[in-house]
Amino acid sequence: MLEIKNLHARIGDREILKGLTLTVKPGEVHAIMGPNGAGKSTLSYILAGKEDYEVTEGEVLLNGASILDLEPNERSVAGLFLAFQYPIEIPGVATMTFLKAALNSHRKAKGEGELTTPEFMKLVKGVAEKLNITSDMLKRPVNVGFSGGEKKRAEIMQMALLQPSICILDETDSGLDIDALKVVSEGVNALRSPDRAFVVITHYQRLLDHIVPDIVHVLSDGRIVRTGGPELALDLEKNGYAAYVANAAA
Amino acid sequence: MAAVKETVDQVLSIDVDKYKYGFVSDIESELAPKGLNEDIVRYISAKKDEPEWLTEWRLEALRRWQTMEEPTWARVDYPPIDFQDLHYYAAPKKTAGPKSLDEVDPGLLATYEKLGIPLKEQEILAGVEKGDRLVAVDAVFDSVSVVTTFKAELAKHGVIFCPISEAVKTHPELVKKYLGSVVPVSDNFYATLNSAVFSDGSFVYVPKGVRCPMELSTYFRINEKKTGQFERTLIIADEGAYVSYLEGCTAPSRDENQLHAAVVELIALDDAEIKYSTVQNWYPGDSEGKGGVFNFVTKRGDCRGKNSKISWTQVETGSAITWKYPSCILRGDNSRGEFYSIAISNGRQQVDSGTKMVHLGKNTSSKIISKGISAGRSNNTYRGLVSVGRKASGARNFTNCDSLLIGNKCGAHTVPYIESKNASAIVEHEATTSKISDDQLFYCLQRGLPQEEAIALIVNGFVKDVLQQLPMEFMVETQKLIGISLEGSVG
Repeated sequence: MLEIKNLHARIGDREILKGLTLTVKPGEVHAIMGPNGAGKSTLSYILAGKEDYEVTEGEVLLNGASILDLEPNERSVAGLFLAFQYPIEIPGVATMTFLKAALNSHRKAKGEGELTTPEFMKLVKGVAEKLNITSDMLKRPVNVGFSGGEKKRAEIMQMALLQPSICILDETDSGLDIDALKVVSEGVNALRSPDRAFVVITHYQRLLDHIVPDIVHVLSDGRIVRTGGPELALDLEKNGYAAYVANAAA
Repeated sequence: MAAVKETVDQVLSIDVDKYKYGFVSDIESELAPKGLNEDIVRYISAKKDEPEWLTEWRLEALRRWQTMEEPTWARVDYPPIDFQDLHYYAAPKKTAGPKSLDEVDPGLLATYEKLGIPLKEQEILAGVEKGDRLVAVDAVFDSVSVVTTFKAELAKHGVIFCPISEAVKTHPELVKKYLGSVVPVSDNFYATLNSAVFSDGSFVYVPKGVRCPMELSTYFRINEKKTGQFERTLIIADEGAYVSYLEGCTAPSRDENQLHAAVVELIALDDAEIKYSTVQNWYPGDSEGKGGVFNFVTKRGDCRGKNSKISWTQVETGSAITWKYPSCILRGDNSRGEFYSIAISNGRQQVDSGTKMVHLGKNTSSKIISKGISAGRSNNTYRGLVSVGRKASGARNFTNCDSLLIGNKCGAHTVPYIESKNASAIVEHEATTSKISDDQLFYCLQRGLPQEEAIALIVNGFVKDVLQQLPMEFMVETQKLIGISLEGSVG
């Protein structure tokens, strides 16, 4: 589904990814853990196509096709979704309006017509309810004045609405209290399916208690330095990243 | 790849040549000879079959104008205008007062149809059954009003809505009393020019205690080459009356510049309210700044009576040059003035626009919300004056000016003037300048929105406070217009 092969990327003169390779199959949940500055957020931005980053080597295939030459919106409609660590505020644009514009872009790309307003409302209400998102929140401008928990729930709601094939969650647990973490995790788990995959980027093990991964990777200094099962995350929680940081430096 | 760098590149290679209303209608016109002198003024006055007092009024204006100099204080730059190289009167032939739509040149009707302006009452009435609101339209083509709809319906309520050239004949006492009473003949260079040569425009009178039953609307179209359009609008809301008025403008794409110098006067008597909305979409010129309309407009409202209210809402997306300051004289005690503005500039457009709120009466209040959006290589200036007179105790003003920049070749400027001669006045001014952030754009793109749509969405959010002031039927249209106006900014 998602294949990253020997990916090298830089921002300015600084090389951040130094030959990262990762293969994600449909239905799998991969966790990427690592110390601060390992390149975790960079990886998510590069996959989503943010400018500022320059890919110098390697390739990224989504369902067999290279996406590195695609615009961010083309990657989105091709099925790639990024749940932001810090969701962006768009003043004056009602969340509902934003959702409608996003959904219609996806439908258009698939050659489908726009939904009627009642159809759309019904669809949004369905996904919003599961995430404790009130209709008042849907009327408010995108992420403006949202609490940390509200922002993350809104991200998952967008994900549920757009039905992506590969979901990248960038530090989705940051800024969440335990109750919010539960709601968000349940939202993510409800979306798990045999034809959808997840890449969960996190610094801490606690998110992985709720979203249980199939495979855990340790990212350090721009490379995957170790891969294992869920027990690897527990080991990291206990012993920290020191060993890997040292390895990478060596 | 790099989305934002690309935005900037595309802004550089801007293509604003997508002006949808740029067609020329092939309609036979009657033109005055080029140039401006007493004979031309008499020619116009004679064409309109005007009474002697008005001819004299015009000539007085002309003599004044000949002693005046073109103002240069605005932040706009354009080659000198040769005022002797223009036609001051152009009229479609066969328009000797059409009695009904059947007498209107079918070519004209087709033009308005192409512009999406319904002139046939039957068609509009058909719309009513679908639940649409009624809008009465006065269509002005070059120098003459071609048709006014729903006159009979309005007359039942005592509302007068007709071309000003007609009002001069049918209601001379009203015209004589109010014409030039808000914008005096000698007010400024362009207003004085307009007073000398104004051709047509709308006249509205809403009698005491009447709430005008429908929106009134004028649609201005410049068609003829090398022609100035000088319309004159006069709206009077008598005691306790209410009227909402909409104005729309387009012009063909032409290589040379067209001059538009209008004057609008509003008078609100005791407890009256006038709401005046404009969607100005004159041809802005091409990407190199060739052609386009020079829009030098004087709009002023007089809150003459106590508790009166005048509200200006403007959406300015067109014109090569915009020089426009819709203002309120808050003369009556407790009167209120409002100014809501969205000014979008792209390509090589230059906008110098804002408002004047002149507080004269007690407990008067004013509110200014201005949203300027600059893209391409355009320059967008907000220029405003809030003045509080000695007797205006308890005056209150709130001003908010926000500017949004798209790309790095455009400019946004804010020039607020505040003068207060009364210690009890409270004047507040807030201003921000921001850029569409790369992060906002990336976030929208990540959700699947193409770049142009993303920018239009963010800009629509930015101007939301003002959009909400527009009458419903204009709001949707305006949202689309914002998208179209910015199309060039991302290629």
